[in-house]
Amino acid sequence: MNLNIKYFGLLAEISGCTEEELEFSKTSVHELIETLFEKYPSLKEKDFQVAQNHEITSREMPITANEIALLPPFSGG
Amino acid sequence: MSRYSRHIVLSEIGQKGQSLLSSSKVLVVGAGGLGCPTLQYLAAAGIGTLGIIDFDRVELSNLQRQILFGTSTIGMNKALAAKNRLEDINPSIQIKAYPEKLTAKNVLTLFDSYDIIVDGSDNFATRYLVNDASIISNKPVVFGAIYKFEGQVSVFNYKNGPSYRCLFPEPPKEGSVANCSEVGVLGVLPGIIGSMQANEVIKMILGFDHVLSGKLLCYNAKTAEVTFLKVKKTETAFEKVRALKDHLTDQYPESACEIEVREISVTDALNKEHAQFIDVRERDEYPKIEIPPNLQIPMGTLEQHLNRLPAEKEYILFCQSGIRSKTATHLLQELGIPNCYSLQGGALGIVEHLKTKI
Repeated sequence: MNLNIKYFGLLAEISGCTEEELEFSKTSVHELIETLFEKYPSLKEKDFQVAQNHEITSREMPITANEIALLPPFSGG
Repeated sequence: MSRYSRHIVLSEIGQKGQSLLSSSKVLVVGAGGLGCPTLQYLAAAGIGTLGIIDFDRVELSNLQRQILFGTSTIGMNKALAAKNRLEDINPSIQIKAYPEKLTAKNVLTLFDSYDIIVDGSDNFATRYLVNDASIISNKPVVFGAIYKFEGQVSVFNYKNGPSYRCLFPEPPKEGSVANCSEVGVLGVLPGIIGSMQANEVIKMILGFDHVLSGKLLCYNAKTAEVTFLKVKKTETAFEKVRALKDHLTDQYPESACEIEVREISVTDALNKEHAQFIDVRERDEYPKIEIPPNLQIPMGTLEQHLNRLPAEKEYILFCQSGIRSKTATHLLQELGIPNCYSLQGGALGIVEHLKTKI
């Protein structure tokens, strides 16, 4: 399936874009993350949460939506 | 017309809503980029009791975004400087300044005196402390955080809604996020995010329906794009925190984020042969100290005089009694001067020492 992946904060600095389209043939959020780790190895060192269809999801969940977002915590104030 | 007439004419607020604002108590953690605009609007709106906790001092590089401060308040404690400014904006409310660090020791007592907590802190240790203490003391938290051009806003622990740990269960791995270090930030960004936080506080007090609970608002200042992400409550995140109730001080040892400031006694300092003494007091402060070689650079202007301080030299900073010089030493360390010490006892300590020698 064709996914739209959004990157927030410093994750966008690693991917070099704030969003991109990605063709994905596997099933779970976890597998998607592994695919992205291969594409952007520096992502492995970062903490982030994944949202699909605008809802924070766990990595064990199957991919059920096209809209994916990778969200890191911000500490700045 | 009264001070609040533009609120009172709104049918959604009225005299009744304005009294609700006047009788509420809000604590703002951190008077920095986020805290300043939040405090400014909450004070102007007539929040009856406004608490400000911040241990830090105003620096020149803060003025690009921390709008309660000015050149004349450089070197002052932020909580006290903010209180002075806010008392001019609205003298009819009670403003309490706590010029100290929020710690596991003071947090629960402090939260007890307030209805709503605003998190405008700038490090993860404080953010998780605020979250955990708010769950234990059952207070809602208006969360805001920024990174360069992007901001996050949400209301946590409100009417059985999710907490920060439901979104990010554990603090990030060391080094995975720029933490204490100063990364750049667009000055107007905390203005926007902090104003949104003030707005959520007011919505909660007035009992509006659409409080930003259960979702995170993500704002991008470059694109003006706003994204909402839903956050579900996870009971385990709450249970874990409630179990911490009597062990908060073990969970949050002081302090994750401070550079250790090296101090030196007067005797040791006077025995150092090649160290340069720096008087960081204002120019009109007495007693004058004549220890050569002695530079006079008031704390607020240290950054501007950095070119007078070669990084390879050793420095001993002193103020009147040894408190301000700790902040100044911390500042110099951050500015890349590794060998600096804060003089214990300050100028008064030197005078005392010289007296006993005679």
